[in-house]
Amino acid sequence: MAHAGHHDDHAHGPPKGIVRWLTTTNHKDIGTMYLVFSLAMFLLGGLFAFVVRAELFQPGLQLVDPAFFNQMTTMHALVMVFGAVMPATVGLANWMIPMQIGAADMALPRMNLFSFWLLFFAFMLLLATFFVPGGAPAAGWTLYPPLVLQTGEAFPMAIFAIHLMGASSIMGAINVIVTIVNMRAPGMTLLKMPLFSWSWLITAYLLIAVMPVFAGGVTMLLTDYFFQTSFFNAAGGGDPVLYQHVFWFFGHPEVYIMILPAFGIVSEVISTFSRKPIFGYEAMVYAIASIAFLSFIVWAHHMFTVGMPLAGQLFFTLSTMLIAVPTGVKVFNWTATMWRGSISFEPPMLFSLAFLFLFTIGGFSGLMMAIVPSDFQYHDTYFIVAHFHYVLVPGAVFAIMSAVYYWLPKWTGHMYDMALAKWHFWLSAIFVNVLFFPQHFLGLAGMPRRIPDYATQFTEWNMVSSIGAFGFGLSQILFVWLIVKCVRGGERATAGVWDYQHGLEWTVPSPAPYHTFEKAPEVR
Amino acid sequence: MSGPAAGRNRSLAARLVLMAAGSFAFGFALVPLYDVVCEVTGIGSRERLSRAGTAEGQAPVDGRTVVVEFTASVPAGGWVFEPVAPTMEVQPGRLYETHYRARNLAGGAVTGQAVPSVAPMRAARYFVKTECFCFTPQQFAAGEEREMAVRFVVDRELPPGIDRLTLSYAFYDMGA
Repeated sequence: MAHAGHHDDHAHGPPKGIVRWLTTTNHKDIGTMYLVFSLAMFLLGGLFAFVVRAELFQPGLQLVDPAFFNQMTTMHALVMVFGAVMPATVGLANWMIPMQIGAADMALPRMNLFSFWLLFFAFMLLLATFFVPGGAPAAGWTLYPPLVLQTGEAFPMAIFAIHLMGASSIMGAINVIVTIVNMRAPGMTLLKMPLFSWSWLITAYLLIAVMPVFAGGVTMLLTDYFFQTSFFNAAGGGDPVLYQHVFWFFGHPEVYIMILPAFGIVSEVISTFSRKPIFGYEAMVYAIASIAFLSFIVWAHHMFTVGMPLAGQLFFTLSTMLIAVPTGVKVFNWTATMWRGSISFEPPMLFSLAFLFLFTIGGFSGLMMAIVPSDFQYHDTYFIVAHFHYVLVPGAVFAIMSAVYYWLPKWTGHMYDMALAKWHFWLSAIFVNVLFFPQHFLGLAGMPRRIPDYATQFTEWNMVSSIGAFGFGLSQILFVWLIVKCVRGGERATAGVWDYQHGLEWTVPSPAPYHTFEKAPEVR
Repeated sequence: MSGPAAGRNRSLAARLVLMAAGSFAFGFALVPLYDVVCEVTGIGSRERLSRAGTAEGQAPVDGRTVVVEFTASVPAGGWVFEPVAPTMEVQPGRLYETHYRARNLAGGAVTGQAVPSVAPMRAARYFVKTECFCFTPQQFAAGEEREMAVRFVVDRELPPGIDRLTLSYAFYDMGA
């Protein structure tokens, strides 16, 4: 039994061909699969958004019927949240955490492979809903009852897909925690750990705490639909508002699940390209932990308009505003890291700097919505759409792109085309603002979200926004092309890759060998 | 990886699985917890709103009247449902009776259930129903129309700032 865990391929490389990808338990292979999967989902989710923005280019119904439009908005959100952003950060965790803490692999490699394939089949199931009578889910990614209970045959498929995705991310989270707690190289104390690994340790605990609550909530939807329970059915003594509480108890920590790894990435990149250690390392760790804690006590700010007692409104307003404190600590520490640094503007740094500016814009509009009376105006308008896209696209997605540009030479052993990467950055950074900034104006002027048609006074800004969307979407073709080019060849990357770097991942050759740190490294 | 390390990993993983199971259970615990919070914060629990109260110990307050508005909604259709009188001016502490009228539009017999709510939320606990058609399911034959009674008293302890409250019923179809 003691030898059952031994693989006979330790000394040599992976098996050849497709078998490698079906059977691998290697953290780098699984990380690659997660990243490729998330890139594919990013493009697919982008295609759905493309349909939405094309329909909204002018008022009236031109391209798709309203039911399909609603399927597009719903599936865009589900695919981007659960298929693109979350798996991308899991992929980065798989690749980088063992290398950053000096471990040979993830602690539970077979569970690691299982969680990837669960995710894959969950998405096959979710996407198959397009082909059943009634079409894909169309009630919004929040799946609010009673609307969601009108979903056709897609309903049980979507719920089961969410269960599988949840199980997959919980297993991924367990793996990250066990790896970080048990597998660190001797001398790698927790407070020596790179901030990316730290951010993931905290994210993993968030996942374990809230994914099961969501699973429970959708299970209640399922029994309401099929077994005549009345959790959310008012006629039977239930309350649809209860679902909103259950959902957002998961949903608010969920947005931090998407952004905390981004904080970790940006911390590493800004330090590297400012050629200085991160300013206030311990404060950064405590700030992430505080944000994670606060995320559990702010959920009802998503649902001020359902009505709650004054004391509740005050509590959720103030606790929400409190999050600005640790977030401010992080933003100021990133800025202080750059202070008197020797800054250079390689692509990862460009994306991280854009993150710093644009994520902060999203943070500020969040503060505006924390104030109950103004939230009553912003609720369910394009202002909220602008807000969460600012924190998710130039926030989480830019950070993930920054990470790809930062570690791609380590993964492939080749330097990528710097000029092309800068083109990709500038086009993305400009178009993302053309895309989302006008949506603030639309929301303030009263345009509701989730509608395929709108009043004519909203036409101009919708056109601008759609042009931004097409530009942003097409710019991502450069990203795909660049990655393909870099995998196939290019200038050899050195072990260190960048002028200034610290962390164990930069001590192994580029590309990182199939097995690293089989003998634990010395950590000073 | 060999013996002791694998064992440690497995036991930590097992504890984390337990933690996830605990979160799953917590999700369901939110259901009763929600009622408790509604009760404590004065929103009035769904259970209390659909339960008979008593008018005992109440006596009319002189010189104070409040307006009670009655509204009705039929979220899923299938009924005509409306208050007989849209408003009443009432004296806190005195027992009143009013009616709602419902007609079954379906081709066959159906059972309806009214779900009450009271606004503003902080007035909910002071609106006491001694008898209500919402306490029990209501059977209707095809096309039947009838008036259904609700007897209520506005508690004399109603906070002074409130001079108007709304009783609303949503009428749902519970099937045949």
